[in-house]
Amino acid sequence: MTIKIQSAEALCAKALEIRREIIRMLGEAGSGHPGGSLSCADILAALYFNAMNYDPKNPKWEDRDRFILSKGHGAPALYAALALAGFFAKEMLLTLRKLGSPLQGHPDMRRLPGLEASTGSLGQGLSIGVGCALNQRLMKKNYRTFVLLSDGEINEGQTWEAVASAAHFKLDSLTAILDYNKFQLDDSTKKILDFEPMADKWRAFNWAVREIDGHNMKEIVEALAWAKQVKNQPSIIIAHTVKGKGVSFMENNNEFHGVAPTREETAKALAELARAASPGLPDPAAGGGLNKLGEK
Amino acid sequence: MALEKKLGLATRDAYGKALVELGKINPDVVVLDADLSKSTKTGAFGKAFPERFFNMGIQEANMVGVAAGLASQGRIPFLSSFACFVICKSYDQLRMAVAYPEINVKVVASHGGISVGEDGASQQSIEDVALTTSLPGFVVIIPADQYSTEKLTYKIAETKSPVYMRTGRPKAPIVYSPAQTFEIGKAVRLREGSDVTLIANGLLVFEALLAAEKLAEKEIHASVVDMHTIKPLDHAMLLEEARKTRAFVVCEEHQIWGGLGSAVATWAASNLPTTMEFVAIQDTYAESGTPDELLEKYGLTSKNILRATEKVLSNKEKFSGI
Repeated sequence: MTIKIQSAEALCAKALEIRREIIRMLGEAGSGHPGGSLSCADILAALYFNAMNYDPKNPKWEDRDRFILSKGHGAPALYAALALAGFFAKEMLLTLRKLGSPLQGHPDMRRLPGLEASTGSLGQGLSIGVGCALNQRLMKKNYRTFVLLSDGEINEGQTWEAVASAAHFKLDSLTAILDYNKFQLDDSTKKILDFEPMADKWRAFNWAVREIDGHNMKEIVEALAWAKQVKNQPSIIIAHTVKGKGVSFMENNNEFHGVAPTREETAKALAELARAASPGLPDPAAGGGLNKLGEK
Repeated sequence: MALEKKLGLATRDAYGKALVELGKINPDVVVLDADLSKSTKTGAFGKAFPERFFNMGIQEANMVGVAAGLASQGRIPFLSSFACFVICKSYDQLRMAVAYPEINVKVVASHGGISVGEDGASQQSIEDVALTTSLPGFVVIIPADQYSTEKLTYKIAETKSPVYMRTGRPKAPIVYSPAQTFEIGKAVRLREGSDVTLIANGLLVFEALLAAEKLAEKEIHASVVDMHTIKPLDHAMLLEEARKTRAFVVCEEHQIWGGLGSAVATWAASNLPTTMEFVAIQDTYAESGTPDELLEKYGLTSKNILRATEKVLSNKEKFSGI
């Protein structure tokens, strides 16, 4: 059944695990999107190990909370969370992007348990979330629907169609979370297509808005609890994040938007994440103990 | 007995009525529209079942995504708009949120073809069959009259796959008796003949029947087949007809590229090469005018079918000696 972790520290440890799996998967796959996967790791940890109800043994359980990764290129983060939550064996993660794997480059709901939508064409997830939330009301269920958006994908007009309709239908069981890492593929969101003032836009559309540090576990957990209390309107958590968060040389480095780490970079990143998990571990510059951690 | 042209309901009206009946027997049916429910005729369902009717406003892309979300949760969404809007504006959504995950959404769009009339080319859908048949797994249907529309509406609710069904704006000549039954993917042979097969759908079915009657006066015996389902195509029917007549005239209110004609030709080329002609829109947009004027000007009447038949029969003879 659902794993419910209360302590922020333990949730941070889960987020670190997700990050390590992301790096291992992408290093093995040789392609994929590290930056936007790492930026949402804390949010996914809070969702899957604190806020959401689900049953990994019964992924279609009617009363489960629904999660839609609208930013489909963040798939490695979601796959890691699903594996750690028990939806499938962790070993499967290393088949990411390989022929015949259920772990497609972008989420394919037909192939993998626990996915509510197939995504990868940006801007579509929130509409599907509106459909899930309308169903919740129609069928008088208690579940909530969470949709994770990227700041790049909200360039898409369809997102704003969905924003308007969610507010029109007063879908208070719907919560969007914006992974606001300030970058999109070509450059910063400021340079490519600036949506500031971000919060004002959502407020103007009649959404309940909360802005948080998307890497502060306490804030994330509190915001998700706040969203459950919002009535008569949908809620958005604008999570200010850092692209590539957790790996020093990937943080705010947009070169890692859609390029997987090399073998060496993978080892270096895994060593960093291991030290973050166990601060007593030796520094890589000092040498020792790293090959084991860097192994794929 | 001479064929009598009796106008029935527009297929969009037949769809609207069938939806209400469907709503009574199937509580999972929900209906979405993009602020065109007075024209697509889903409004009657909205009145009968307001809690199961969602007017999304003028947002086709969002509507398709919302329908996909509802369908993923077990509902059976029927969504409607004008064919050119919901298919063209929401093609990526139909691809990603419906076709790719094999989601059980029924797209029933009105104002198909050029018989939309006076509103002009911007409202006339001539590419919808090409686009929807290209989506893997989609069932694609164009019914001919009110009875086939009604029966096929019930049938598509029973299937689990994504469906596109096109309805039309003008009153449609009655082709069937109310008792006629229909199966998705199973064509209806309306007339038996041995010289040529007229394969049609939508409004062109009645035109094909008219043409067949004229041909009979000249002792030319034409089969007439209502190929209401373009995908999956009724291969068994095509094989029977091809073996018998070796000459097809395919008639449709659609762009010649990628419509029923293309589907039939593809089948014939790899199964039983058959001399063929096509009555379709010749790679052009139409314009404003009455439906009849437009069908005449753009070559979609029984006269055009007769001309195409002459050509196909002459080619059949010519090619038989090769």
